[in-house]
Amino acid sequence: MTMPAIRNDGVTIMPAAAANAPVVAITPRRRPWRDSYGRIARDTAARVIPPLIVITLLMLFWELVCRRTGSTLPPPSKVYNDTKELIFDPFFDHGGIDKGLFWHLSASLQRVALGYSLAAVAGIGLGVLVGQSVWAMRGLDPLFQVLRTIPPLAWLPLALAAFRDGQPSAIFVIFITSIWPIIINTAVGIRNIPQDYRNVAAVVQLNPLEFFWKIMLPSAAPYIFTGLRIGVGLSWLAIIAAEMLIGGVGIGFFIWDAWNSSHISEIILALFYVGIIGFVLDRAIAGLGRLVTHGTSAS
Amino acid sequence: MSAYLKLDHIDKVFSRGAASTEVLKDITLTIDRGEFVSIIGHSGCGKSTLLNIVAGLTTATMGGVLLEDHEVNSPGPDRAVVFQNHSLLPWLTVYQNVRLGVDKVFAKTKSRAERDAWTLHNLSLVQMVHAKDKRPSEISGGMKQRVGIARALAMEPKVLLLDEPFGALDALTRAHLQDSVMALHHKLGNTILMITHDVDEAVLLSDRIVMMTNGPSATIGEVLEVPLPHPRKRLELATNAAYLKCRQRVLEFLYERHRFIEAA
Ligand SMILES: Nc1ncnc2c1ncn2[C@@H]1O[C@H](COP(=O)(O)OP(=O)(O)OP(=O)(O)O)[C@@H](O)[C@H]1O
Ligand SMILES: [Mg+2]
Repeated sequence: MTMPAIRNDGVTIMPAAAANAPVVAITPRRRPWRDSYGRIARDTAARVIPPLIVITLLMLFWELVCRRTGSTLPPPSKVYNDTKELIFDPFFDHGGIDKGLFWHLSASLQRVALGYSLAAVAGIGLGVLVGQSVWAMRGLDPLFQVLRTIPPLAWLPLALAAFRDGQPSAIFVIFITSIWPIIINTAVGIRNIPQDYRNVAAVVQLNPLEFFWKIMLPSAAPYIFTGLRIGVGLSWLAIIAAEMLIGGVGIGFFIWDAWNSSHISEIILALFYVGIIGFVLDRAIAGLGRLVTHGTSAS
Repeated sequence: MSAYLKLDHIDKVFSRGAASTEVLKDITLTIDRGEFVSIIGHSGCGKSTLLNIVAGLTTATMGGVLLEDHEVNSPGPDRAVVFQNHSLLPWLTVYQNVRLGVDKVFAKTKSRAERDAWTLHNLSLVQMVHAKDKRPSEISGGMKQRVGIARALAMEPKVLLLDEPFGALDALTRAHLQDSVMALHHKLGNTILMITHDVDEAVLLSDRIVMMTNGPSATIGEVLEVPLPHPRKRLELATNAAYLKCRQRVLEFLYERHRFIEAA
């Protein structure tokens, strides 16, 4: 049996490959485990170090420029000294609007959460309608195209007139700002559902509700999440501006109040938080989208 | 004896605005229970259109489809389709894709456990149980088509409709799946209507081959009985006189009498 294996090239290759196979199968299991720590550390460093360097340089530049006497804006060192209390005690509550930053941010976030959730539900609903029905699209699309160009704050006086209260007006502004990209992207997603999936649903005889949950939403999910992501960014933009006008607890009014009291350092600190939270909101929706649409785009 | 499936004087006209094209004209065909019928014809002659009319996904302009003497004009699981491009839902696993149909069709007649078992049983018919938790993007084209077949079979259709089920596959996979379909037909005795443009496939699998003329206004040019007993063996048939004669007939029809003419 072994004789032809030695003599014949065609046969010798076979046992060689067979002997190799288990080795190949085992190595990828172990290697990456040990390697992965090193690679993760290197990847993290590659991503974290460049922005750190840029931030440090910018801070230095800012410090040097604003240090001189007569500068209108405080340098970072002064910002830190002025706002130390706000940074380290975000939870104080002296009544009224004299609260820690945590309370201001959470008030703003609550408004966004409410307005944005309403916009998400209504936006997906209307988007499905417009995407599914040609007549709904012909009727509603021109209206949407005009309404969506109205700047968020232009709605505020009207909302105040209607609700006669700041809180619902702010929520309405969030709602009306973030709903358009959600509607439009959902509609595109629905219109792009492949005819094949519709045929499958028809053969299986899914009812409209099952069709919505089992075909429409998963198939349009990548588009819907694009809309949701744009929407959350816009609503965070709008809430700051709206709160400046309606007053009360909230990071927008905190900034306005700091300006009125000439606490420039507090404004800078608040801007820092606003930026970070906007970033986190965007990433959260993007991450949720990736989780939900896992495997949807590939076919 | 009245036919199991009857296509009765079907015409199909597509019209867009003022322009209209008659794709199918006066198609009449009867299919018996348990029969395997292939439709063969050149590209664009209207095979898919005809199959979609039987499936209820398209409506005929004139004429209609009778299944067990009842007219059918909307889609349903009694006429399950295996689509040309598998059409599995990419966000569901292999198991869930099959289970979707099972849950709808047997919602009232089977318990949860029975539906689970039935889903697995149908996956095992096409040897796909091992990949049941994979997503369509993680399996090969041939495997996807198997799952598509399992999904259709699992609905226990009265008629199984196959639209060029192996068109997108390589020759080896195709031969393998043809054998699977033959075995399944032999075992389960389904009534099958299959579209193909592969002459060997048509002769190998079918009891009858329906040859369509070129469009527009395509109709049935000829129907050929394939007098070969089941089960058939691919290798033995290669030299079988009856097989070669059938093959010759179809080739003559397609390439001499109804040559493919480039659409003007
Ligand atoms: N929705 C439609 N509107 C207008 N014309 C159509 C429509 N669907 C199909 N047709 C036309 O009908 C004819 C037949 O199309 P069909 O898809 O049935 O061909 P086929 O025989 O399946 O071709 P192939 O083998 O390439 O799949 C084609 O000329 C096509 O242009
Ligand atoms: Mg076709």
